[in-house]
Amino acid sequence: MRRRPMGINRRNFLKVLGGGIVGGGIAGTALGNIFIPKRFKAEASVPPVEFVGILVDTTRCVGCRSCEEACAQANHLPVPDISDTSVFEKRRQTSVTQLTVVNRYQTSKGEVFVKTQCMHCNQPGCVAACLVKAMEKRKNGPVTWERNCMGCRYCMPSCPFEMPKFEYESSNPRIQKCSLCWERLKAGEVPACVEACPEKALTFGPRRKLIEEANSRIYNSPREYITHIYGEHEVGGTGYLYISKVPFDQIGFRTDLGTIPYPEYSKGFLYSVPLVLLLWPAFLIGVNTLTKPDEDKIRKGGARR
Amino acid sequence: MKAASATTEIKNLRDLVAFIQSELKPKGKIYTPFNVITLPIILLGFVLIVYRLVKGLGSVTNLSQEFPWGIWIGFDVMVGVAFAGGAYILTFVVYILRTEKYHPVVRATVLNGFLAYVFYAGAILLDLGRWWNIVNPIIGNKFGVNSVLFLVSWHFLLYMISLFIEFSPTIAEWLGFKRVRKILGSLTVGAVIFGIALSTLHQSGLGALFLMAKDKIHPLWYTQFIPVLFFTSSIFAGLSMVIFEGSISHKVFSHQIDDRHHESFRQIVIGLGKACAGALFVYFFMKVLIFIHDQHWALLATPMGYWYLVEVFGLVLLPCFLFLWGVRYENIGVIRVAAILSMLGIIINRLNISVIAYKWYVPWSQRYFPSWMEIVITMAIILTEVWVFRWIVNRMPVIQESPEWAREDHRVEEGVMTGKEVPQWKASAM
Repeated sequence: MRRRPMGINRRNFLKVLGGGIVGGGIAGTALGNIFIPKRFKAEASVPPVEFVGILVDTTRCVGCRSCEEACAQANHLPVPDISDTSVFEKRRQTSVTQLTVVNRYQTSKGEVFVKTQCMHCNQPGCVAACLVKAMEKRKNGPVTWERNCMGCRYCMPSCPFEMPKFEYESSNPRIQKCSLCWERLKAGEVPACVEACPEKALTFGPRRKLIEEANSRIYNSPREYITHIYGEHEVGGTGYLYISKVPFDQIGFRTDLGTIPYPEYSKGFLYSVPLVLLLWPAFLIGVNTLTKPDEDKIRKGGARR
Repeated sequence: MKAASATTEIKNLRDLVAFIQSELKPKGKIYTPFNVITLPIILLGFVLIVYRLVKGLGSVTNLSQEFPWGIWIGFDVMVGVAFAGGAYILTFVVYILRTEKYHPVVRATVLNGFLAYVFYAGAILLDLGRWWNIVNPIIGNKFGVNSVLFLVSWHFLLYMISLFIEFSPTIAEWLGFKRVRKILGSLTVGAVIFGIALSTLHQSGLGALFLMAKDKIHPLWYTQFIPVLFFTSSIFAGLSMVIFEGSISHKVFSHQIDDRHHESFRQIVIGLGKACAGALFVYFFMKVLIFIHDQHWALLATPMGYWYLVEVFGLVLLPCFLFLWGVRYENIGVIRVAAILSMLGIIINRLNISVIAYKWYVPWSQRYFPSWMEIVITMAIILTEVWVFRWIVNRMPVIQESPEWAREDHRVEEGVMTGKEVPQWKASAM
């Protein structure tokens, strides 16, 4: 009667150990898939695609809002009345129906108009945040949203520019933001806002060339511009680039965001995950074994006392 | 004092159905003050939940583009999961360290943890704008493997399963399934080990969610060590919850417990109080280190700075001292007060990071305040959990003792030895 439980006990210990190993194995495989960075996954033979972007020259913008109109048309959203200049009285944010807005700022060098929209970061926080890859950084640069989204809205606090907007009033809500006219790009067209701009304040092209262009404009007319391209280094670089005649904090930009890409902030935590998942169970199994009462020893070695 | 199951044996499916049918009926009085007050709230809450699912988030919540996360995340999930931390700590103490003293409270704590995950993590479903897509990260309608939330969602799922396995022997005892009980019991230690690893990661993972909100959270609260702070605070949050919940349970379910266990519960509370004091002090120490390291002295003399001091001194250091005091003088009352204070501290801390110190620069008029409907739904979820908890405790051997047949295996398979057992076992080996 007394012996039986002990046998079960040892067998159970092995079972537990086996269960732990199998569980650990499953977790390990899953995590292997999870934590092997994409760059190791055999895509090296494909030639790299350059990011495209848009250069906004705020010294050229006259606040005509043609871009807002074209944007709304391209995205099938309510088209704003662009002759109405009263909208400039208050600073506006983009919204679920306005993916880009132009604001007017009174600065030390007079009126400046600035277009805002998703910045299409090189390493976007929203993409790193998304647990179903509904937010995606496309190979050529645009950051787009898709319908497998859960609506968790984690992209919203993770965006340094707070661009993802959520349709709270809908029972089938979407995240709305500029997609750099992803559909138009696929068809070989330029983004709607760029096409609509009558003042050539917007330039579309490969990001590398846009930076060259911006630098040459700054170099050729040093009095017209401050020597800073907003978006060249901010949060690791953005697809949208801005040049201006006044410091950027005067025209509504956050200048305190730093140059570290946002996904870097949670990287350290994510790197610790496989370590914890491997070492913690091993440690716990060890402790569990060490604290085991010695009835096994008693049985093997006969009487100990 | 015996579990109901001990009376009849279930031999076939018909018996099982009949048994469950008989158990589904309410036990005890129906028109108690608690029931009369809580039932309308629960019903109203469920009406609002349906309304929210049909009409969208904006119809019920005060969430905005500025404040995408409200109390359903900041309170239900962040606080609920921290309070459920007691399960992984107590299972560690009882099944890994084999400290038999805490065995009497482990089942109630595991049950509480399991229900907390089901209900509060389940509350995420309401907060998801596109809730029908909740299975996507699980079925692989794209694995967003770089996301902290991906990790948290998988861990929630796996941990719920672990907790269920840890609790399942109780269900088997209730149904009188001896063989099944044995098999399930043998899985416990494995589930515990897996569960502790998962808990470590998702308790800290909930904090890591805010790492990318660097520019939005007040510098006194934002630190790269948020995950470590969340993990450490989940220790005393969970244990304080065990003290709090245990104290209430021991009053409400007093008839299920004999005198010997009443006295052992006193000692358990004192032991837990000691652990809480330790964890609180470690947490306080880390807070101070981070504060000094970040050099935010100037920020203390601002309204947010005062609020920070209230949190750190009033709701971390003060309960730490109260716990010590209560342990030193074996004063259960003081320990309970300390537990409530430290729980309040957790609520304030999680809400600070997710709501209050989140975009502290936004003027009052545009700030987020929960709507009455958000609060009612939250209350309905908590109360439903309490109802389910009560239903289970009244039927299964959670607080009351296991049936006689289960007790023997119990000790043996967990390798746990009480003082009495040792000489018996050793004698038998000789």
